[in-house]
Amino acid sequence: MDARTRWGRFRRSEAASGLVLISPTALYALLLLIVPLAAIVGYSFLTDGYLVIEWVPTLANYIEAWTEPLYQLVMARSLFVSATVTLVTVCLAFPVAYYVSFHVAPNRKSLWLFLITIPFWTSYLIRVFLWKVILGYNGVVNSTLMGLGITDEPVTFILYNVNAVVITLAHAYAPFAILPIFVALEKIDRSLIEAGQDLGESRLLTFWRVTLPLAMPGVVAAVLIVFIPTIGDYVTPQLVGGPEGRMIANAIQLQYLRLDNYPLGSALAVTAMLIVTAVSLIFVFLNRRFLRVKQ
Amino acid sequence: MSNGTGFRIYAILYLIFLYAPILLLPIFAFNASTIIAFPLSGFTTDWFAELLTIPALHQSLKYSLIIALITAVVSTCLGIFAARAATRYSFPGKGGIIGLIMLPLVLPEIIVAVSLLVVLLGIGVTLSFWTVILGHVLICTPFTIAILNSAFMSLDGALEEAAYDLGENKWSTFRLITFPLIMPGIISSLLISFTISLDEFIIAFFLSSTEPTLPVYIWSQLRFPTKIPAIMALGTILVLLSITLLIIAEYFRRKGIKRTGGKDTGGFL
Repeated sequence: MDARTRWGRFRRSEAASGLVLISPTALYALLLLIVPLAAIVGYSFLTDGYLVIEWVPTLANYIEAWTEPLYQLVMARSLFVSATVTLVTVCLAFPVAYYVSFHVAPNRKSLWLFLITIPFWTSYLIRVFLWKVILGYNGVVNSTLMGLGITDEPVTFILYNVNAVVITLAHAYAPFAILPIFVALEKIDRSLIEAGQDLGESRLLTFWRVTLPLAMPGVVAAVLIVFIPTIGDYVTPQLVGGPEGRMIANAIQLQYLRLDNYPLGSALAVTAMLIVTAVSLIFVFLNRRFLRVKQ
Repeated sequence: MSNGTGFRIYAILYLIFLYAPILLLPIFAFNASTIIAFPLSGFTTDWFAELLTIPALHQSLKYSLIIALITAVVSTCLGIFAARAATRYSFPGKGGIIGLIMLPLVLPEIIVAVSLLVVLLGIGVTLSFWTVILGHVLICTPFTIAILNSAFMSLDGALEEAAYDLGENKWSTFRLITFPLIMPGIISSLLISFTISLDEFIIAFFLSSTEPTLPVYIWSQLRFPTKIPAIMALGTILVLLSITLLIIAEYFRRKGIKRTGGKDTGGFL
Protein backbone atom coordinates (compact mmCIF):
# COMPACT_ATOMS: atom_id res chain seq x y z
CA MET A 1 0.00 0.00 0.00
CA ASP A 2 2.75 2.35 1.04
CA ALA A 3 4.65 1.82 -2.21
CA ARG A 4 1.53 2.46 -4.22
CA THR A 5 0.72 5.79 -2.53
CA ARG A 6 4.31 6.86 -2.92
CA TRP A 7 4.12 5.98 -6.62
CA GLY A 8 0.82 7.89 -6.84
CA ARG A 9 2.38 10.92 -5.23
CA PHE A 10 5.36 10.68 -7.55
CA ARG A 11 3.09 10.45 -10.57
CA ARG A 12 1.41 13.72 -9.72
CA SER A 13 4.67 15.44 -8.72
CA GLU A 14 6.48 18.10 -10.68
CA ALA A 15 9.42 15.77 -11.33
CA ALA A 16 7.20 13.17 -12.96
CA SER A 17 5.39 15.74 -15.15
CA GLY A 18 8.74 17.04 -16.33
CA LEU A 19 10.09 13.57 -17.09
CA VAL A 20 6.93 12.53 -18.94
CA LEU A 21 6.98 15.72 -20.98
CA ILE A 22 10.61 15.42 -22.02
CA SER A 23 10.47 11.65 -22.61
CA PRO A 24 9.54 11.68 -26.35
CA THR A 25 12.50 13.92 -27.19
CA ALA A 26 14.85 12.11 -24.81
CA LEU A 27 13.77 8.72 -26.15
CA TYR A 28 14.36 9.88 -29.72
CA ALA A 29 17.89 11.05 -28.84
CA LEU A 30 18.51 7.80 -26.97
CA LEU A 31 17.40 5.54 -29.82
CA LEU A 32 18.89 7.50 -32.71
CA LEU A 33 21.99 8.92 -31.10
CA ILE A 34 23.17 6.94 -28.08
CA VAL A 35 22.31 3.48 -29.43
CA PRO A 36 24.05 4.22 -32.78
CA LEU A 37 27.10 5.66 -31.00
CA ALA A 38 27.26 2.52 -28.86
CA ALA A 39 26.90 0.47 -32.05
CA ILE A 40 29.95 2.00 -33.72
CA VAL A 41 31.95 1.44 -30.56
CA GLY A 42 30.83 -2.21 -30.74
CA TYR A 43 31.62 -2.51 -34.46
CA SER A 44 35.10 -1.12 -33.92
CA PHE A 45 35.99 -4.30 -31.98
CA LEU A 46 34.71 -6.72 -34.65
CA THR A 47 36.58 -8.43 -37.50
CA ASP A 48 36.03 -7.37 -41.10
CA GLY A 49 35.45 -10.39 -43.32
CA TYR A 50 35.01 -9.98 -47.05
CA LEU A 51 31.55 -8.32 -47.48
CA VAL A 52 30.46 -9.61 -44.05
CA ILE A 53 31.22 -8.66 -40.48
CA GLU A 54 32.57 -11.54 -38.46
CA TRP A 55 31.53 -11.63 -34.83
CA VAL A 56 35.06 -12.20 -33.61
CA PRO A 57 36.25 -9.65 -31.08
CA THR A 58 39.58 -8.09 -31.99
CA LEU A 59 41.77 -5.07 -31.36
CA ALA A 60 43.17 -5.26 -34.90
CA ASN A 61 41.17 -2.22 -36.08
CA TYR A 62 42.56 -0.03 -33.33
CA ILE A 63 46.07 -1.32 -33.92
CA GLU A 64 45.72 -0.44 -37.60
CA ALA A 65 44.10 2.95 -36.89
CA TRP A 66 46.80 3.92 -34.38
CA THR A 67 49.94 2.49 -35.96
CA GLU A 68 49.40 2.87 -39.73
CA PRO A 69 51.49 5.95 -40.71
CA LEU A 70 48.80 7.13 -43.15
CA TYR A 71 46.13 7.32 -40.44
CA GLN A 72 48.57 8.87 -37.97
CA LEU A 73 49.34 11.55 -40.54
CA VAL A 74 45.68 12.21 -41.36
CA MET A 75 44.76 12.36 -37.67
CA ALA A 76 47.63 14.72 -36.84
CA ARG A 77 46.70 16.91 -39.80
CA SER A 78 43.05 17.00 -38.73
CA LEU A 79 44.06 18.10 -35.24
CA PHE A 80 46.41 20.73 -36.66
CA VAL A 81 43.79 22.10 -39.08
CA SER A 82 41.08 22.21 -36.40
CA ALA A 83 43.38 23.87 -33.87
CA THR A 84 44.50 26.49 -36.42
CA VAL A 85 40.95 27.14 -37.60
CA THR A 86 39.81 27.51 -34.00
CA LEU A 87 42.60 29.94 -33.16
CA VAL A 88 42.04 32.04 -36.30
CA THR A 89 38.24 32.02 -35.99
CA VAL A 90 38.13 32.95 -32.31
CA CYS A 91 40.80 35.70 -32.63
CA LEU A 92 39.08 37.25 -35.66
CA ALA A 93 35.63 36.91 -34.09
CA PHE A 94 36.39 38.44 -30.68
CA PRO A 95 36.66 42.07 -31.87
CA VAL A 96 33.39 41.72 -33.80
CA ALA A 97 31.58 40.32 -30.75
CA TYR A 98 33.16 43.09 -28.66
CA TYR A 99 32.07 45.76 -31.12
CA VAL A 100 28.48 44.51 -31.25
CA SER A 101 28.25 44.18 -27.46
CA PHE A 102 29.97 47.43 -26.43
CA HIS A 103 29.61 49.88 -29.32
CA VAL A 104 26.34 49.05 -31.08
CA ALA A 105 23.12 50.68 -29.83
CA PRO A 106 20.96 48.08 -28.00
CA ASN A 107 18.13 48.26 -30.54
CA ARG A 108 20.54 47.50 -33.42
CA LYS A 109 22.26 44.52 -31.78
CA SER A 110 19.88 41.86 -33.03
CA LEU A 111 20.15 43.27 -36.56
CA TRP A 112 23.95 42.85 -36.41
CA LEU A 113 23.65 39.31 -35.07
CA PHE A 114 21.14 38.51 -37.78
CA LEU A 115 23.51 39.80 -40.47
CA ILE A 116 26.36 37.74 -39.01
CA THR A 117 24.33 34.51 -38.90
CA ILE A 118 22.69 34.72 -42.37
CA PRO A 119 25.66 33.40 -44.41
CA PHE A 120 25.90 30.44 -42.04
CA TRP A 121 22.40 29.24 -42.99
CA THR A 122 22.87 29.37 -46.75
CA SER A 123 23.92 26.46 -48.92
CA TYR A 124 27.06 25.13 -47.27
CA LEU A 125 28.17 23.09 -50.29
CA ILE A 126 27.99 26.01 -52.67
CA ARG A 127 29.74 28.34 -50.22
CA VAL A 128 32.65 25.91 -49.95
CA PHE A 129 32.71 25.46 -53.71
CA LEU A 130 32.91 29.24 -54.15
CA TRP A 131 36.08 29.29 -52.05
CA LYS A 132 37.53 27.04 -54.70
CA VAL A 133 36.60 29.75 -57.20
CA ILE A 134 38.06 32.50 -55.02
CA LEU A 135 41.34 30.70 -54.30
CA GLY A 136 41.74 28.91 -57.65
CA TYR A 137 44.27 29.31 -60.46
CA ASN A 138 42.08 31.82 -62.35
CA GLY A 139 40.32 32.79 -59.16
CA VAL A 140 39.38 36.08 -57.57
CA VAL A 141 42.53 36.31 -55.44
CA ASN A 142 44.86 35.55 -58.33
CA SER A 143 43.19 37.88 -60.83
CA THR A 144 43.31 40.64 -58.22
CA LEU A 145 46.98 40.02 -57.41
CA MET A 146 47.93 39.93 -61.10
CA GLY A 147 45.69 42.87 -61.95
CA LEU A 148 47.46 44.95 -59.32
CA GLY A 149 50.81 43.75 -60.61
CA ILE A 150 51.78 42.16 -57.31
CA THR A 151 52.55 38.80 -58.93
CA ASP A 152 53.31 37.87 -62.54
CA GLU A 153 51.83 34.40 -62.44
CA PRO A 154 49.03 32.90 -60.33
CA VAL A 155 49.98 31.84 -56.82
CA THR A 156 49.21 28.18 -56.18
CA PHE A 157 49.86 27.77 -52.47
CA ILE A 158 46.28 28.73 -51.61
CA LEU A 159 44.36 25.88 -53.25
CA TYR A 160 44.37 22.10 -52.83
CA ASN A 161 46.33 22.12 -49.59
CA VAL A 162 45.95 22.70 -45.87
CA ASN A 163 45.93 26.52 -46.25
CA ALA A 164 42.81 26.37 -48.37
CA VAL A 165 41.09 24.09 -45.83
CA VAL A 166 41.94 26.48 -42.98
CA ILE A 167 40.67 29.57 -44.84
CA THR A 168 37.44 27.91 -45.90
CA LEU A 169 36.66 26.41 -42.50
CA ALA A 170 37.52 29.66 -40.70
CA HIS A 171 34.92 31.34 -42.90
CA ALA A 172 32.29 28.63 -42.42
CA TYR A 173 32.49 28.57 -38.61
CA ALA A 174 32.79 32.33 -37.99
CA PRO A 175 29.23 32.86 -36.66
CA PHE A 176 29.68 29.92 -34.30
CA ALA A 177 32.55 31.76 -32.63
CA ILE A 178 30.93 35.19 -32.47
CA LEU A 179 27.67 34.22 -30.75
CA PRO A 180 28.99 32.61 -27.51
CA ILE A 181 31.55 35.40 -27.03
CA PHE A 182 28.83 38.01 -27.60
CA VAL A 183 26.57 36.35 -25.02
CA ALA A 184 29.40 36.32 -22.44
CA LEU A 185 30.25 39.98 -23.11
CA GLU A 186 26.60 40.98 -22.77
CA LYS A 187 26.47 39.44 -19.29
CA ILE A 188 29.37 41.55 -17.99
CA ASP A 189 28.24 44.13 -15.47
CA ARG A 190 29.34 47.41 -17.09
CA SER A 191 29.94 49.02 -13.68
CA LEU A 192 32.88 46.63 -13.12
CA ILE A 193 34.63 48.13 -16.14
CA GLU A 194 33.89 51.67 -14.99
CA ALA A 195 35.23 50.72 -11.56
CA GLY A 196 38.44 49.47 -13.15
CA GLN A 197 38.92 52.76 -14.95
CA ASP A 198 37.94 54.85 -11.93
CA LEU A 199 40.66 53.08 -9.96
CA GLY A 200 43.20 54.30 -12.47
CA GLU A 201 43.62 51.41 -14.88
CA SER A 202 44.11 52.25 -18.55
CA ARG A 203 41.56 51.03 -21.10
CA LEU A 204 43.88 48.26 -22.22
CA LEU A 205 44.65 47.07 -18.69
CA THR A 206 40.95 47.17 -17.79
CA PHE A 207 40.24 44.99 -20.79
CA TRP A 208 43.04 42.59 -19.84
CA ARG A 209 42.20 42.36 -16.15
CA VAL A 210 38.41 42.75 -16.09
CA THR A 211 36.70 42.29 -19.47
CA LEU A 212 38.70 39.40 -20.86
CA PRO A 213 38.61 37.16 -17.76
CA LEU A 214 34.84 37.73 -17.51
CA ALA A 215 34.43 36.94 -21.22
CA MET A 216 36.47 33.73 -20.96
CA PRO A 217 33.47 31.40 -20.50
CA GLY A 218 32.24 32.61 -23.89
CA VAL A 219 35.69 32.20 -25.43
CA VAL A 220 35.92 28.63 -24.07
CA ALA A 221 32.46 27.85 -25.46
CA ALA A 222 33.45 29.36 -28.83
CA VAL A 223 36.64 27.28 -28.93
CA LEU A 224 34.75 24.05 -28.25
CA ILE A 225 31.90 24.81 -30.63
CA VAL A 226 34.38 25.48 -33.46
CA PHE A 227 37.02 22.86 -32.63
CA ILE A 228 34.76 19.82 -32.22
CA PRO A 229 32.75 19.99 -35.47
CA THR A 230 35.64 21.19 -37.70
CA ILE A 231 37.71 18.09 -37.00
CA GLY A 232 34.93 16.01 -38.54
CA ASP A 233 34.32 18.21 -41.57
CA TYR A 234 34.09 16.25 -44.80
CA VAL A 235 33.05 18.69 -47.53
CA THR A 236 35.81 21.30 -47.20
CA PRO A 237 38.86 18.98 -47.32
CA GLN A 238 37.23 17.01 -50.12
CA LEU A 239 36.55 20.09 -52.28
CA VAL A 240 39.48 22.43 -51.59
CA GLY A 241 41.98 20.23 -49.74
CA GLY A 242 43.43 18.16 -52.56
CA PRO A 243 45.37 14.99 -51.71
CA GLU A 244 47.55 16.69 -49.10
CA GLY A 245 44.58 18.31 -47.37
CA ARG A 246 42.53 15.19 -46.59
CA MET A 247 41.22 14.92 -43.06
CA ILE A 248 39.89 12.17 -40.82
CA ALA A 249 36.29 12.48 -42.06
CA ASN A 250 37.48 11.66 -45.58
CA ALA A 251 39.25 8.56 -44.28
CA ILE A 252 36.11 7.49 -42.40
CA GLN A 253 33.91 8.04 -45.45
CA LEU A 254 36.34 6.02 -47.58
CA GLN A 255 36.18 3.05 -45.20
CA TYR A 256 32.38 3.11 -44.92
CA LEU A 257 31.13 3.95 -48.39
CA ARG A 258 33.95 2.84 -50.70
CA LEU A 259 35.84 0.00 -49.00
CA ASP A 260 32.90 -1.32 -46.97
CA ASN A 261 35.21 -1.85 -44.00
CA TYR A 262 32.82 -0.86 -41.20
CA PRO A 263 34.99 -2.09 -38.32
CA LEU A 264 38.02 -0.03 -39.37
CA GLY A 265 35.82 2.97 -40.22
CA SER A 266 34.24 2.68 -36.76
CA ALA A 267 37.66 2.41 -35.07
CA LEU A 268 38.75 5.60 -36.87
CA ALA A 269 35.53 7.39 -35.88
CA VAL A 270 35.81 6.30 -32.24
CA THR A 271 39.50 7.29 -32.16
CA ALA A 272 38.67 10.73 -33.56
CA MET A 273 35.92 11.17 -30.94
CA LEU A 274 38.24 10.10 -28.12
CA ILE A 275 40.96 12.51 -29.21
CA VAL A 276 38.50 15.40 -29.60
CA THR A 277 37.01 14.67 -26.19
CA ALA A 278 40.44 14.44 -24.56
CA VAL A 279 41.67 17.69 -26.13
CA SER A 280 38.44 19.49 -25.17
CA LEU A 281 38.59 18.25 -21.58
CA ILE A 282 42.22 19.34 -21.24
CA PHE A 283 41.32 22.74 -22.66
CA VAL A 284 38.42 23.18 -20.24
CA PHE A 285 40.63 22.00 -17.36
CA LEU A 286 43.31 24.57 -18.23
CA ASN A 287 40.67 27.29 -18.21
CA ARG A 288 38.84 26.11 -15.08
CA ARG A 289 39.92 29.26 -13.20
CA PHE A 290 37.82 31.44 -15.54
CA LEU A 291 34.83 29.13 -15.63
CA ARG A 292 34.29 29.40 -11.87
CA VAL A 293 33.84 33.18 -12.12
CA LYS A 294 30.41 34.23 -10.89
CA GLN A 295 28.68 36.65 -13.22
CA MET B 1 33.42 56.82 -28.58
CA SER B 2 36.61 57.58 -30.44
CA ASN B 3 38.00 54.03 -30.56
CA GLY B 4 34.60 52.68 -31.59
CA THR B 5 35.30 53.66 -35.22
CA GLY B 6 38.26 51.28 -35.49
CA PHE B 7 36.09 48.43 -34.31
CA ARG B 8 33.31 49.49 -36.65
CA ILE B 9 35.59 49.43 -39.70
CA TYR B 10 36.91 46.02 -38.65
CA ALA B 11 33.38 44.66 -38.13
CA ILE B 12 32.29 45.89 -41.55
CA LEU B 13 35.36 44.32 -43.22
CA TYR B 14 34.52 41.13 -41.37
CA LEU B 15 30.96 41.20 -42.72
CA ILE B 16 32.36 41.64 -46.25
CA PHE B 17 34.57 38.58 -45.66
CA LEU B 18 31.51 36.64 -44.45
CA TYR B 19 29.42 37.62 -47.46
CA ALA B 20 32.14 37.37 -50.14
CA PRO B 21 31.23 33.89 -51.45
CA ILE B 22 27.50 34.63 -51.49
CA LEU B 23 28.05 37.89 -53.37
CA LEU B 24 30.07 36.07 -56.05
CA LEU B 25 27.29 33.58 -56.63
CA PRO B 26 24.95 35.78 -58.74
CA ILE B 27 27.94 37.17 -60.67
CA PHE B 28 28.77 33.72 -62.02
CA ALA B 29 25.12 32.69 -62.32
CA PHE B 30 24.59 35.46 -64.90
CA ASN B 31 28.01 35.10 -66.55
CA ALA B 32 27.90 33.84 -70.16
CA SER B 33 31.08 31.72 -69.89
CA THR B 34 30.98 28.05 -68.89
CA ILE B 35 34.21 28.54 -66.96
CA ILE B 36 33.80 29.83 -63.43
CA ALA B 37 36.65 32.36 -63.37
CA PHE B 38 37.49 35.96 -64.13
CA PRO B 39 37.38 37.86 -66.44
CA LEU B 40 33.61 37.76 -66.95
CA SER B 41 32.39 37.38 -70.50
CA GLY B 42 28.84 38.69 -70.75
CA PHE B 43 25.34 38.59 -69.34
CA THR B 44 23.02 35.61 -69.79
CA THR B 45 20.02 34.00 -68.11
CA ASP B 46 20.59 30.69 -69.92
CA TRP B 47 21.76 28.91 -66.77
CA PHE B 48 18.46 29.63 -65.05
CA ALA B 49 16.58 28.35 -68.11
CA GLU B 50 18.73 25.21 -68.08
CA LEU B 51 17.54 24.41 -64.56
CA LEU B 52 14.02 23.88 -65.89
CA THR B 53 15.22 21.12 -68.22
CA ILE B 54 16.88 18.76 -65.67
CA PRO B 55 14.44 16.08 -64.42
CA ALA B 56 16.96 14.67 -61.88
CA LEU B 57 17.15 18.11 -60.28
CA HIS B 58 13.36 18.38 -60.02
CA GLN B 59 13.16 14.93 -58.47
CA SER B 60 15.84 15.75 -55.86
CA LEU B 61 14.14 19.08 -55.11
CA LYS B 62 10.89 17.21 -54.49
CA TYR B 63 12.59 14.79 -52.07
CA SER B 64 14.35 17.67 -50.29
CA LEU B 65 11.11 19.61 -49.84
CA ILE B 66 9.24 16.57 -48.46
CA ILE B 67 12.15 15.75 -46.12
CA ALA B 68 12.46 19.36 -44.95
CA LEU B 69 8.72 19.68 -44.35
CA ILE B 70 8.40 16.47 -42.29
CA THR B 71 11.66 17.22 -40.44
CA ALA B 72 10.44 20.71 -39.55
CA VAL B 73 7.13 19.45 -38.14
CA VAL B 74 8.57 16.49 -36.20
CA SER B 75 11.58 18.32 -34.76
CA THR B 76 9.44 21.30 -33.75
CA CYS B 77 7.02 18.95 -31.92
CA LEU B 78 9.95 17.27 -30.13
CA GLY B 79 11.33 20.74 -29.42
CA ILE B 80 8.04 21.89 -27.85
CA PHE B 81 8.03 18.91 -25.46
CA ALA B 82 11.65 19.41 -24.44
CA ALA B 83 11.58 23.22 -24.18
CA ARG B 84 8.37 23.12 -22.14
CA ALA B 85 9.85 20.52 -19.77
CA ALA B 86 13.11 22.44 -19.50
CA THR B 87 11.56 25.83 -18.74
CA ARG B 88 8.57 24.82 -16.59
CA TYR B 89 9.61 21.77 -14.54
CA SER B 90 12.56 20.64 -12.49
CA PHE B 91 13.20 16.92 -12.44
CA PRO B 92 16.05 14.55 -11.60
CA GLY B 93 18.74 14.23 -14.28
CA LYS B 94 17.50 17.35 -16.09
CA GLY B 95 20.92 18.67 -17.05
CA GLY B 96 22.06 15.29 -18.32
CA ILE B 97 18.94 14.61 -20.37
CA ILE B 98 18.97 18.06 -21.98
CA GLY B 99 22.72 17.76 -22.60
CA LEU B 100 22.06 14.45 -24.37
CA ILE B 101 19.37 15.99 -26.58
CA MET B 102 21.56 19.00 -27.42
CA LEU B 103 24.61 16.82 -28.17
CA PRO B 104 24.16 16.76 -31.99
CA LEU B 105 24.82 20.52 -31.95
CA VAL B 106 28.52 19.93 -31.28
CA LEU B 107 29.01 16.36 -32.52
CA PRO B 108 30.71 16.19 -35.95
CA GLU B 109 27.94 15.41 -38.44
CA ILE B 110 29.94 12.59 -39.99
CA ILE B 111 29.83 10.74 -36.64
CA VAL B 112 26.04 11.10 -36.49
CA ALA B 113 25.81 9.96 -40.12
CA VAL B 114 27.99 6.84 -39.90
CA SER B 115 26.57 5.70 -36.58
CA LEU B 116 23.00 5.96 -37.91
CA LEU B 117 24.05 4.21 -41.12
CA VAL B 118 25.56 1.30 -39.20
CA VAL B 119 22.48 0.81 -37.03
CA LEU B 120 19.91 1.20 -39.81
CA LEU B 121 21.71 -1.25 -42.09
CA GLY B 122 22.32 -3.53 -39.09
CA ILE B 123 18.60 -3.87 -38.34
CA GLY B 124 17.80 -4.27 -42.01
CA VAL B 125 16.21 -0.91 -42.84
CA THR B 126 16.38 0.01 -46.53
CA LEU B 127 17.79 3.48 -47.06
CA SER B 128 15.22 5.95 -48.37
CA PHE B 129 14.18 9.52 -47.73
CA TRP B 130 12.65 8.30 -44.45
CA THR B 131 16.10 7.41 -43.12
CA VAL B 132 17.32 10.92 -44.03
CA ILE B 133 14.38 12.35 -42.07
CA LEU B 134 15.42 10.32 -38.98
CA GLY B 135 18.88 11.91 -39.10
CA HIS B 136 17.64 15.41 -39.88
CA VAL B 137 15.18 15.42 -36.98
CA LEU B 138 18.07 14.49 -34.69
CA ILE B 139 20.24 17.46 -35.74
CA CYS B 140 17.37 19.99 -36.06
CA THR B 141 15.81 19.32 -32.64
CA PRO B 142 18.57 21.15 -30.65
CA PHE B 143 17.99 24.29 -32.76
CA THR B 144 14.21 24.13 -32.26
CA ILE B 145 14.75 23.75 -28.50
CA ALA B 146 17.05 26.79 -28.42
CA ILE B 147 14.40 28.92 -30.18
CA LEU B 148 11.42 27.54 -28.24
CA ASN B 149 13.25 27.83 -24.90
CA SER B 150 13.38 31.59 -25.29
CA ALA B 151 9.73 31.62 -26.36
CA PHE B 152 8.68 29.64 -23.24
CA MET B 153 10.99 31.57 -20.95
CA SER B 154 9.51 34.93 -21.87
CA LEU B 155 6.05 33.50 -21.17
CA ASP B 156 4.37 34.89 -18.05
CA GLY B 157 3.36 31.94 -15.86
CA ALA B 158 0.62 34.01 -14.24
CA LEU B 159 -1.42 33.87 -17.45
CA GLU B 160 -1.56 30.08 -17.27
CA GLU B 161 -2.37 30.12 -13.56
CA ALA B 162 -5.21 32.52 -14.25
CA ALA B 163 -6.60 30.09 -16.83
CA TYR B 164 -6.43 27.20 -14.31
CA ASP B 165 -8.19 29.35 -11.72
CA LEU B 166 -10.92 30.11 -14.23
CA GLY B 167 -11.58 26.39 -14.60
CA GLU B 168 -9.60 25.39 -17.68
CA ASN B 169 -7.75 22.06 -17.56
CA LYS B 170 -4.13 21.46 -18.53
CA TRP B 171 -4.83 20.74 -22.17
CA SER B 172 -7.33 23.56 -22.79
CA THR B 173 -4.99 26.01 -21.04
CA PHE B 174 -2.22 24.97 -23.35
CA ARG B 175 -4.46 25.24 -26.41
CA LEU B 176 -6.11 28.56 -25.50
CA ILE B 177 -3.33 30.44 -23.66
CA THR B 178 0.14 28.95 -24.06
CA PHE B 179 -0.01 27.86 -27.68
CA PRO B 180 -1.15 31.22 -29.14
CA LEU B 181 1.51 33.04 -27.11
CA ILE B 182 4.36 30.83 -28.28
CA MET B 183 3.01 30.58 -31.85
CA PRO B 184 5.62 33.02 -33.25
CA GLY B 185 8.36 30.89 -31.65
CA ILE B 186 6.85 27.78 -33.25
CA ILE B 187 6.75 29.38 -36.70
CA SER B 188 10.35 30.54 -36.28
CA SER B 189 11.38 27.03 -35.20
CA LEU B 190 9.59 25.44 -38.18
CA LEU B 191 11.32 27.77 -40.62
CA ILE B 192 14.78 27.28 -39.12
CA SER B 193 14.55 23.49 -39.07
CA PHE B 194 13.16 23.55 -42.62
CA THR B 195 16.16 25.65 -43.73
CA ILE B 196 18.69 23.39 -41.95
CA SER B 197 17.20 20.22 -43.42
CA LEU B 198 17.02 21.71 -46.93
CA ASP B 199 20.71 22.58 -46.77
CA GLU B 200 22.06 19.53 -44.91
CA PHE B 201 24.48 17.40 -46.93
CA ILE B 202 26.52 14.86 -44.91
CA ILE B 203 23.65 12.94 -43.32
CA ALA B 204 21.70 12.93 -46.57
CA PHE B 205 24.84 11.76 -48.41
CA PHE B 206 25.23 8.74 -46.11
CA LEU B 207 21.58 7.87 -45.55
CA SER B 208 19.92 8.36 -48.94
CA SER B 209 20.65 5.77 -51.59
CA THR B 210 18.60 6.02 -54.76
CA GLU B 211 16.67 9.09 -53.66
CA PRO B 212 19.22 11.95 -53.60
CA THR B 213 18.28 15.20 -51.87
CA LEU B 214 19.07 18.54 -53.47
CA PRO B 215 22.50 18.96 -51.77
CA VAL B 216 23.43 15.37 -52.70
CA TYR B 217 22.44 16.13 -56.30
CA ILE B 218 24.53 19.36 -56.23
CA TRP B 219 27.49 17.40 -54.83
CA SER B 220 27.26 14.89 -57.69
CA GLN B 221 27.29 17.75 -60.24
CA LEU B 222 30.27 19.63 -58.80
CA ARG B 223 32.57 17.08 -60.46
CA PHE B 224 31.45 18.10 -63.97
CA PRO B 225 32.82 21.50 -65.03
CA THR B 226 30.09 21.97 -67.67
CA LYS B 227 27.36 21.63 -65.03
CA ILE B 228 28.79 24.29 -62.72
CA PRO B 229 27.14 27.42 -64.22
CA ALA B 230 23.69 25.88 -63.75
CA ILE B 231 24.64 24.99 -60.17
CA MET B 232 25.61 28.65 -59.61
CA ALA B 233 22.16 29.67 -60.85
CA LEU B 234 20.56 27.07 -58.56
CA GLY B 235 22.71 28.33 -55.67
CA THR B 236 21.55 31.91 -56.28
CA ILE B 237 17.93 30.79 -56.02
CA LEU B 238 18.63 28.72 -52.89
CA VAL B 239 20.44 31.58 -51.15
CA LEU B 240 17.55 33.95 -51.90
CA LEU B 241 15.10 31.33 -50.61
CA SER B 242 17.11 30.76 -47.41
CA ILE B 243 17.43 34.49 -46.73
CA THR B 244 13.69 34.97 -47.27
CA LEU B 245 12.84 32.12 -44.89
CA LEU B 246 15.30 33.46 -42.29
CA ILE B 247 13.91 37.00 -42.47
CA ILE B 248 10.41 35.63 -41.92
CA ALA B 249 11.70 33.45 -39.05
CA GLU B 250 13.45 36.44 -37.45
CA TYR B 251 10.28 38.53 -37.83
CA PHE B 252 8.22 35.92 -35.98
CA ARG B 253 10.89 35.40 -33.32
CA ARG B 254 10.90 39.11 -32.50
CA LYS B 255 7.13 39.34 -32.65
CA GLY B 256 6.93 36.45 -30.20
CA ILE B 257 9.25 38.12 -27.74
CA LYS B 258 7.31 41.36 -28.01
CA ARG B 259 3.98 39.56 -27.57
CA THR B 260 5.02 37.85 -24.35
CA GLY B 261 6.59 41.06 -23.06
CA GLY B 262 10.15 39.76 -22.94
CA LYS B 263 13.41 41.50 -23.78
CA ASP B 264 15.21 40.72 -27.00
CA THR B 265 18.54 39.11 -26.24
CA GLY B 266 19.72 38.61 -29.80
CA GLY B 267 19.59 36.21 -32.69
CA PHE B 268 19.09 32.47 -32.96
CA LEU B 269 21.17 29.87 -31.12
